[in-house]
Amino acid sequence: MTVQPPLIKTAAPHAMSAAPVDPTKITVRDVNVFYGEKQALDGVSIDIPGKAVTAFIGPSGCGKSTFLRCINRMNDTIPGARVEGRIEIDGENVNDKSVDPVILRSKVGMVFQKPNPFPKTIFENVAYGPRIHGLSSSKAELEGIVEASLKKAGLWGEVSDRLHQPGTGLSGGQQQRLVIARAIAVQPEVILMDEPCSALDPIATARIEELIDDLRQQYCIVIVTHSMAQAARVSQRTAFFHMGKLIEHGSTEEIFQNPREPRTQDYITGRTG
Amino acid sequence: MTDAAPTQARLTQERLKKRYASEARFKTYGRLAIIIALSFLVLLIGRIVIQGIGTFTTNTVTLQVYLDPAKVDPAALEGVNYDYMIGLALLKKMGETEDEYGTNSGEAMDLVSRDLGFQLLNRLKADKSLIGKTVSVTGPMKADADLYYKGELKRATPESDRKLNNRQLDWLDRLKKDGAVTGGFNVAFFTHGDSTEPEQAGVLGAVIGSALMLIVTALIAVPMGVLAAVWLEEFAPKNRWTDIIEVNINNLAAVPSIVYGLLGLAVFINWLGMPRGAPITGGVVLALMALPTIIIATRSALKAVPPSIREAALGVGASRTQTVFHHVLPQAMPGVMTGTILSLAHALGETAPLLMIGMIAFNPGIPEGFTSSASVLPVQVFIWENASERAFHERTAAAIIVLLAFMIVMNAAAVILRRRFERRW
Amino acid sequence: MTVLIALALLVAFSGGVYFMGRRRAVALAGGSSVSLHSLPGYHGTWVALWAGAPAALILIAFALFGGRLEDAALRADVPAAVAQLPGERQEVFWSDAHALAAGVTTSEVTWEGPAKAALTEKAAEARRLNVIGLVVTLALAGVLALCGFLLAFPRLSRDFRARNRVEGWTGVLLILCSTLAVMTTLGIVLSLVWESLRFFHAVSPAAFLFGTEWNPQIAMRSDQVAAEGAFGAVPLFAGTFLVMLIAMAVAAPVGLFSAIYLSEYAGRTTRSVVKPLLEILAGVPTVVYGFFAALTVGPTFRAFFNWVGAQLAGGPMDTLGQYLMTVQNQMALTAGVVMGIMLIPFVSSLSDDIINAVPQTLRDGSYAMGATKSETVKRVILPGALPGVVAALLLAVSRAIGETMIVTMAAGLQAKLTANPLETVTTVTVQIVTLLTGDQEFDSPKTLAAFGLGLTLFVVTLALNIFALGIVRKYREQYD
Repeated sequence: MTVQPPLIKTAAPHAMSAAPVDPTKITVRDVNVFYGEKQALDGVSIDIPGKAVTAFIGPSGCGKSTFLRCINRMNDTIPGARVEGRIEIDGENVNDKSVDPVILRSKVGMVFQKPNPFPKTIFENVAYGPRIHGLSSSKAELEGIVEASLKKAGLWGEVSDRLHQPGTGLSGGQQQRLVIARAIAVQPEVILMDEPCSALDPIATARIEELIDDLRQQYCIVIVTHSMAQAARVSQRTAFFHMGKLIEHGSTEEIFQNPREPRTQDYITGRTG
Repeated sequence: MTDAAPTQARLTQERLKKRYASEARFKTYGRLAIIIALSFLVLLIGRIVIQGIGTFTTNTVTLQVYLDPAKVDPAALEGVNYDYMIGLALLKKMGETEDEYGTNSGEAMDLVSRDLGFQLLNRLKADKSLIGKTVSVTGPMKADADLYYKGELKRATPESDRKLNNRQLDWLDRLKKDGAVTGGFNVAFFTHGDSTEPEQAGVLGAVIGSALMLIVTALIAVPMGVLAAVWLEEFAPKNRWTDIIEVNINNLAAVPSIVYGLLGLAVFINWLGMPRGAPITGGVVLALMALPTIIIATRSALKAVPPSIREAALGVGASRTQTVFHHVLPQAMPGVMTGTILSLAHALGETAPLLMIGMIAFNPGIPEGFTSSASVLPVQVFIWENASERAFHERTAAAIIVLLAFMIVMNAAAVILRRRFERRW
Repeated sequence: MTVLIALALLVAFSGGVYFMGRRRAVALAGGSSVSLHSLPGYHGTWVALWAGAPAALILIAFALFGGRLEDAALRADVPAAVAQLPGERQEVFWSDAHALAAGVTTSEVTWEGPAKAALTEKAAEARRLNVIGLVVTLALAGVLALCGFLLAFPRLSRDFRARNRVEGWTGVLLILCSTLAVMTTLGIVLSLVWESLRFFHAVSPAAFLFGTEWNPQIAMRSDQVAAEGAFGAVPLFAGTFLVMLIAMAVAAPVGLFSAIYLSEYAGRTTRSVVKPLLEILAGVPTVVYGFFAALTVGPTFRAFFNWVGAQLAGGPMDTLGQYLMTVQNQMALTAGVVMGIMLIPFVSSLSDDIINAVPQTLRDGSYAMGATKSETVKRVILPGALPGVVAALLLAVSRAIGETMIVTMAAGLQAKLTANPLETVTTVTVQIVTLLTGDQEFDSPKTLAAFGLGLTLFVVTLALNIFALGIVRKYREQYD
C-alpha cells in the first residue's frame, strides 16, 4: 500500500450531500462472516468512495459493526470468527495472505464507541502510533506530528499547555477527539468510526460531527451510527443493513427521501427499528 | 515525494521485520517461562516418586530359630536376648558358627530386624511350652540389608565406606537365592507408627493424627467461617467498620503461618493450658489459620448469587434470615464447599505452626485421642528428613507420596464438586 | 470426657424440649398451625435455645478455663517445703501434683522428705478440687437448663413472634462468629506484643534491631540475666533478605511471563491444561519443597560448584576454585531457588488476574493502530497494569519473608552477615523454629526472643500486605 500525500483543503461549503466524491476507495464483494456456527453477515457487496463519509445504519445487531471490523481485520482478534469474500482497498484484497494486518491497520484507523485513550499522557497517546511504526526519526519530528494531529482533530487549543497530563483526565468529548488524533497521527487513508458519538453529550457530538466534516476532505470515512439524523447530517452515502444483509445503499439524499426498498422505508419512518 | 515512497516502503519493511522478530522473541519468553515452571513440577514430583517408590516394597526373611532352654528363662522372658538367638539361627543357615568374639553373630544380627525378636517374645509369653523347640519366624530385614536388595547399597563402593561388609553381602545373596528372603508389599509402612528403626517405621500414627486434627479444624473453622461470611455479606451494614473488618480479614489471610503458631503457643498452650502437641491444639491453631480463607471464599460464592434470587424470596414474604438460609446459601453451596475443601487441604500440609505448639516429639504408636500427643504427616516428613539413616530418606519420600495422595484426592473432590454443581447465571 | 457426656445429654434434653415446644404451639393454635404467627418449628427452637444455650456456655467455659481456675486455687496455699525450692523446681512440683491427681506419669524428679509429703497432700487436694469443680459446673448447667425451659415454655402463645426471636438468636450467633474471626488479629497482636515486651526487658530493642551478632546462648540458671548472649538480629534480617532476593529473581520473571503468555497468547485448550498444572505446583506443601531442596537441589548445587571449583583450581582463578570446592549443601542459593519455584504459581495467578482486569477496549485500541501483540503488552497493558503487578510482587515478597519450612530444611543455622548466595545463612523464621523446638523453659529470654522475632516478622509482612492489597483495591476501582 502506498502513502498518499495530503491534499490541499478545498473551500467547499458545509453543504453535505452536494459535495463531490472521489472514485471508489473500498470495493466489497460477497462478504460473509461467521462467528462459529452463527452467520452474522450474508452476501454484502458495496462500493465505498474515498474522501467522503459513508454511513451504515440499521437496527442493533444487524451486523454493521461486524462489517466495519472486517475492513481493518479486527475480527481476526476474535477467536472463532471467519470471513469470506473480497474486500479491496485500492485494488488490494485485505484478506489476502500477503497483506500484513499490522500494516493494514496503520492505513485504516478505527475510533470506538466508548473513548479508549491509553493510560498514558496526552502526548504519549498521540505519539504511540508514530513510535511503533517508526514514522519519525527525531524527537522534534515526533512533536511536530503530535501537534499536527491534535490540530487536525481540533484539540490542540485545549491541551497544548498540558500535553504531559494523563489522557484519561479529559472530558468524554475531548477523549474521543484525542482518539481521533491518535488515529490520524499514523497518516491513514481510511478512518472507521463505530458509533463514535453514542457515549457523548449533544454539544460534544456536534463538535465531533464538525470534525468529521473537516476530515472527509482528506480521508475516506466510514461511520456506523444508530442515529438516522446523524447519518443525514454527516454522510454523503448511506447503506442500510438489516439482519446481516445489506438491504440498500446509495446517496444519502436518495436513501432518506426516496428509498427503493420497503424495509428501508419502514426503518426510516420509524415503523420498525 | 514519489522518490521518497520506495525508500519509505523499504524502511517500513525492515522495521516490520524487526518488529516481528521482537514479537517472536517475546512469545518465546512466554513459552519458555511456562516450560520452565512445568519442568520444575515434573522434576519435583518425579524425583520424590522415584525416591519413595522403593518403600512400598520390602524384603522379609524367614528363619528357623532354636529357642535354647539354656538361654531362655521362663520367669524372666523380657530379659532374654532374642536377637542373639536369631543371629545364631542365621549363622547356622549359612553353615557358620559363632566365633569367640561374637563378631559373627554380631554381623548376622545386623541383617535382621529386631521385630523378629519382639515376635518371639510375644509368642513365648502366650505359650511357654515353645522353649526348647525350633520355631519359624518371619519379619523384615534390617534397613541396610533392605537397601542392598534394592540396589541402594552397592558392592562397588569400597568396603570401608559401606555399612555392611563383603561377607554380610554374600550372606544376603545366599539368603535370597535359597528363598529365605522374599520381596513383598510393605504393609508395615501403613500399619505401624513411627519407630527408631527405619524398617519398622510407618505412617499410620501420623495419618491418624492428621485425621483427628483435620476433624477439629473442620468442626471449628467451617461453621464459624461460613456464618461470619454470611453476616458480613448479607446482614452487616456497609459502613467504615465493616470496611475495616474486610481489610482485616484479607490481611489475616496473608499472615505467615508461623505467626499463628506463635499465637497458639502464647494463648492456647500457655494461657489456656491446652495440651502440647495434641490434635486438638493443632486443630484449633489451624482453624484460626483457615478461617480467613474460608470467609473470603464464602463471600465470593455469596456475591456470585444474583440479586434477583434475593428479591424474589423477599417478594413472597420471606424474612431476611429465611432468604439467606433457604435460598442464597444453598445456591452458593458449591462455591462454599469448594473453598472449604481447598482450605482444609492447605491446612493438611501445614507444618510450621504445628512445630511451634510442640508436635515435634517422637511419637511411636497411634494417638489415643484428641488430647494425647500426636504427630501429623507433614511433621513426620520433617522429623524423618532430619534423620541420618539413609533408609529414612526413602521413607520420607514415601510419606510425602501419601500426603500428596490425600491432597490430590481433596483437590479432585473440590474440582468435581465445582464442575457438577456450578450454575451459569 | 465428662464434659462431652454432659454436652451430649444437654443436646438430647434440648431436642426433647424442641419437640415439646412444637407440639404445644400447635395445640395452642387449636390443632392447626395456620393461625400461628410463626411455624411450630420456630416455637420449638426458641424454647430449646433457652433450655440449651446458657447451660452449654457454662459447660464450654468449664472445659476451657476450669483447669486454670483449679490450678489457681491449688496454688493459693503454698506449703513451706515448696516455697523454698527454686523457681523452675516449683513449676515441676505443681505439674507433678496435677499429674498424680490425674493418674498419668509424673516427671523423673524424685521428691524427698517434706516435699514428698506436700506433694501427696497437694495431689489429693487437686483431686478434690477437680471433683468439686465438676460437680458445681454440672449442677449449674442442670439448673440453667431447667430454668431456661421452665421460664420459656409458658411464654408460648398463638401470637408469639417465635420466628423473630429465633432470628434474633441467629443474628447474635452470626455476629459472634464474625467477632471471633476478627479477634484473631487482636489475639495475634496482643500475644506477640505481650511476650515481646518481656523479651525487650532483657534485651533492648535497639540492640535487637541493630545488633550484628546473633548468638542466643544464655546461662542455664534462670536467675542469671541474659548478659552473655547476643541478640542482634541484623544477620537474620540479612539472611532473610538474601534468600528473598534469590527467590524473587526466579519467581518474578517466570511467573510474570507465564501469566502474560497464558492471558494474551495461549489458546483455550492450552490455558485449560496449563492453569490446573500450575495450581498443583501451588498446592504442594512447603515441607515437600523443603525435602526437595535438602535432598536433591542442595547436593546437586554442591556437586556442581565443587566440580567447577575443581576445574578452576590450580589455574588463574585458583582461590575461587579452592573456595568453590568447600561449598556445602546448605546454602542460601538452594533455599532461594526452591522458594522461587514455590512462588511461581503465586506470582503467575495474581498477575493473570491483574492483566485480565485491563479492559478489552484498550487492547482493541492498540491493535486497531496496527500494533503487534508484544507491543500492545509492553506499551499499553503492562504500563497500565503496573501498580497491580508491583502489588503482586510485594505480596510474593511477603510470602517469601514469612516462609519457614523450605529455609529450615535447606538453609542453615549459622547467623552470618553476607551477600554471598553460596554461604550458609539463617533467617528469621528458622531461628523462631530453632528457639522454640528445643527443651527450653518458656520464660527464658532465649524463647522470648522468638516472640521478638515473630513480632518483627508480623509487622513487616503486615505493612507489605496492607500496602500491596491497598494498591490492588484502588487499581480494581479504577477500571470499574
